[in-house]
Amino acid sequence: MKSFDAIVVGGGMLGAAVSYGLARARLRTALVDEGDVAFRAARGNFGLVWVQSKGDGCPEYAAWTRRSADDWAEFARELKDRTGVDVGHSRKGGFDLSFTEEDLRQREGLMTRLHDQAGGAFRFEMLDHRQLSELLPGLGPGVVGGSFCPLDGHANSLYLLRALHTAFQGLGGAYFPGSAVTRLAAKNGAFEVETGYQTLAAGRVVLAAGLANRDLAPQLGMEMPVHPLRGQIMVTERVRPFLDHPTAHVRQTVEGGLLLGDSKEDVGFDDGTTAPVMKEIARRATRAFPFLKSARIVRAWGALRVMTPDGFPVYARSAAYPGAFAIACHSGVTLAAAHAGPMADCIVGGRLPDDVAVLGPERFHAA
Amino acid sequence: MTAGRHQLVVVGAGPAGMAAAALAARRGVKTLILDENPGPGGQVYRAAETAAAGAGVLGPEFERGKLLARDLRSSGADYLPGATVWRLGKTGDLATQDRLEVGYSAHGRARLIRAPHVLIATGALERPMPVPGWTLPGVMTVGAAQTLLKAEGMAFEGAVFAGLGPLLYLAAAQYVRAGVKPLAILDCTPAGNRLRALRHLSAAFDRLDLLRKGLGWLGEIRRAGVPIHRGVTAIQARGDSRLRSVTFARGRGRRTVLETEHLLLHQGVVPNTQLALAAGCAHRWDMSQLCWRPEVGDGLRTSVPGIRIAGDGGGIEGAEAAEHQGRLAALAVLADLGIISEGERNTLSGAHLRAVTAERRLRPFLETLYRPPDALRIPPDDDTVVCRCEEVTAGEVRRCVRLGCQGPNQLKAFCRAGMGPCQGRMCALTVSEIIARERETLVARVGFLRPRPPVKPVTLGELAAMEADG
Amino acid sequence: MLRRIAPQGGIAGVTLYFEGAAVTVPAGTTVAAALLQAGAASFRDTAVTGSPRGPYCMMGVCFDCLVEIDGQPNRQACLTVALNGMRVERQRGAALLDPKAGEGA
Repeated sequence: MKSFDAIVVGGGMLGAAVSYGLARARLRTALVDEGDVAFRAARGNFGLVWVQSKGDGCPEYAAWTRRSADDWAEFARELKDRTGVDVGHSRKGGFDLSFTEEDLRQREGLMTRLHDQAGGAFRFEMLDHRQLSELLPGLGPGVVGGSFCPLDGHANSLYLLRALHTAFQGLGGAYFPGSAVTRLAAKNGAFEVETGYQTLAAGRVVLAAGLANRDLAPQLGMEMPVHPLRGQIMVTERVRPFLDHPTAHVRQTVEGGLLLGDSKEDVGFDDGTTAPVMKEIARRATRAFPFLKSARIVRAWGALRVMTPDGFPVYARSAAYPGAFAIACHSGVTLAAAHAGPMADCIVGGRLPDDVAVLGPERFHAA
Repeated sequence: MTAGRHQLVVVGAGPAGMAAAALAARRGVKTLILDENPGPGGQVYRAAETAAAGAGVLGPEFERGKLLARDLRSSGADYLPGATVWRLGKTGDLATQDRLEVGYSAHGRARLIRAPHVLIATGALERPMPVPGWTLPGVMTVGAAQTLLKAEGMAFEGAVFAGLGPLLYLAAAQYVRAGVKPLAILDCTPAGNRLRALRHLSAAFDRLDLLRKGLGWLGEIRRAGVPIHRGVTAIQARGDSRLRSVTFARGRGRRTVLETEHLLLHQGVVPNTQLALAAGCAHRWDMSQLCWRPEVGDGLRTSVPGIRIAGDGGGIEGAEAAEHQGRLAALAVLADLGIISEGERNTLSGAHLRAVTAERRLRPFLETLYRPPDALRIPPDDDTVVCRCEEVTAGEVRRCVRLGCQGPNQLKAFCRAGMGPCQGRMCALTVSEIIARERETLVARVGFLRPRPPVKPVTLGELAAMEADG
Repeated sequence: MLRRIAPQGGIAGVTLYFEGAAVTVPAGTTVAAALLQAGAASFRDTAVTGSPRGPYCMMGVCFDCLVEIDGQPNRQACLTVALNGMRVERQRGAALLDPKAGEGA
């Protein structure tokens, strides 16, 4: 049996970020991951580092999001220095486009609530069609207006995943791919993680296995009520840069491809694509930017969001088994800086950050 | 094309697709055959109706394609050329779950149609041959040269043919007949292959005619005075904005340089599996053919209900077998639709099954003799480009394996190999084989790159305006 | 050099323009064949490193023969039949789309 200071289960965006943070804090860390084909939300991401629209009704989550978004530039720099991988982060502010006056009014309502609950830490502007057109070339006449938030940014989420794995291993972290967890056990204040091939042991264990957390967390006395919510995304061929800012449904990557999203479908564990949804995404994208009609779609995919009952992240610390944690959210890219930073640092000390005290699973039982 | 529901959609108008569509349509099945090319024939009988080069150049086999095309034209099947199929799968909604969904684009418009039966007859493509410099303009496949010869009546002066397999010699012989002499043939067949192939020779005796044909090509090439270099290794293409020369080695050390602007590469063909993989059909690694091939059962059924695969797309068996498989698939569709009984199907299938089996007897010999050497499938040089679209090198693939990528899907996420418009057609086999070699495991364990729809690019405008039938 | 060894079926010729220069080929010729006949080797510069590329497979699977045809980027030259008056340009890097093209649509 191999022994470590910490074992992280799940090599996706959350697990890789926390593992990197733990290894950086000099914990001898093992990262246990599935194989080549798995439900990997981290491979299907849209790549926004997004603040607007996050945390309506939960100021703590909104603040946690802003904290991560604020830390992102430094986080990206650090990863580049350690690994040479440029994750293509930029933070010039992002847009959410509305196609009807009603949508626009609702958007303004949401933005205003977020502003009010943040006490000034959240800034936004509402723009009409003419104002938007000056900032977004080629904007279609169907866009009546939209919101702008200067705190928004984006990054290449796949390079982020690669950078996190590279950095983690560069710090001496041990990666175990192709090792789906078959059993978790607590023994004498330590934890054993069994995979098909071996058993690993450590004083800390962090479950970041996405949808699999639902079944894994109870084995260590935690509740993790997550369910899949499919999102379909398409990407075009490389196009010369024209879009300086990300929007919620269209963003241009550093390579030039345009990512077009996305759907929200409750279809269980099916990460396929469907023609009607592809068509709907194409319609919305070409309404936003009609000149993209001649751009070629080279790939479409479905991925399963790790969704919680209220849509906010869940961070659990096991009361029965101190040293065990479980985390889940569907904003792995935005929160990556927070997960690699304050989250990992607190787990080293055996606790969760105060920032996320209200984000435990207990909230689902509150009267 | 007539509107309305089709009972059978055939993808690809090569020998398998043409034969299947014609037979099904003649027996009253409402059949639609979609094909990317301007005319029927597929690659083997490319431009069957309009071929610029005559039988004197292309050989008597080519006449077969003309017959098949004529049969298709008069069968009553709806034939749509210039149509690119970019999606195949289940419909995803309950009301139509007994039918399959086919998305295609033709003449700038996308359509989504539904049908209970789909036959994939997408044939083969040439196995990528990633040698240093293979991305230079002027380096093409032997099949590409053949296409130019068949469809356009054009041939490259002073071309070097390199690689191995029957097509290498057939194409060179066709060049000779056309009066365009190749500069040289670089045969990369490892010496050991010949010895190993001998033990399969007796099974191939049934088809001595084919072996004789091959020897005939060799004779034509020799008589024309084309130098044939055997035991060639370490082929490199060199140039600047285009190919300028080809270098290679024979035996130990000695390198030869040939100045040429045209290098034609070939190391066999592999099934064109993109559509079948994207549709979710189960595949397995064929250790003899060194490629993925779909699991195909009785009546050419795949693991996905309603989807059948006939021809080289289901495993390389050749053009004649493809034709028979197409008819077997059509007969199975007829039986499924109740147009013929199972008994009739068995009776009518007999001759085709026997023909397919006879064709198959030659394969072990050919596959052993023309097994591409490891160095041509798994580039030893880290600088060699593997993924042509995203320009990912073998070294970068190896780095990602060391980082823990166990298969091509995670690897694609890390380094973009397979992410371009070709959807891995040019790199996926190479990537899976490199991973297997680095991990010291079997390719079957590494797995395949999952193609994503659209398997061929489609414009956003077409998709947004897509019309649906049925 | 690509040599024509047999007259093509179509008697009538079509003339397209590659980088402004007229190329006349028999009707039914693909754009890729027409460009090769005109002596072109490199059809495009890649979007990744700007390296030159020409046709590789001639059957629509390699996506290396991409050219701009009548202002439309990234067209597969090997699957496109040459038409009279077609304006074909080398594909230089990523697709250039004009944001103003959608106006008035």
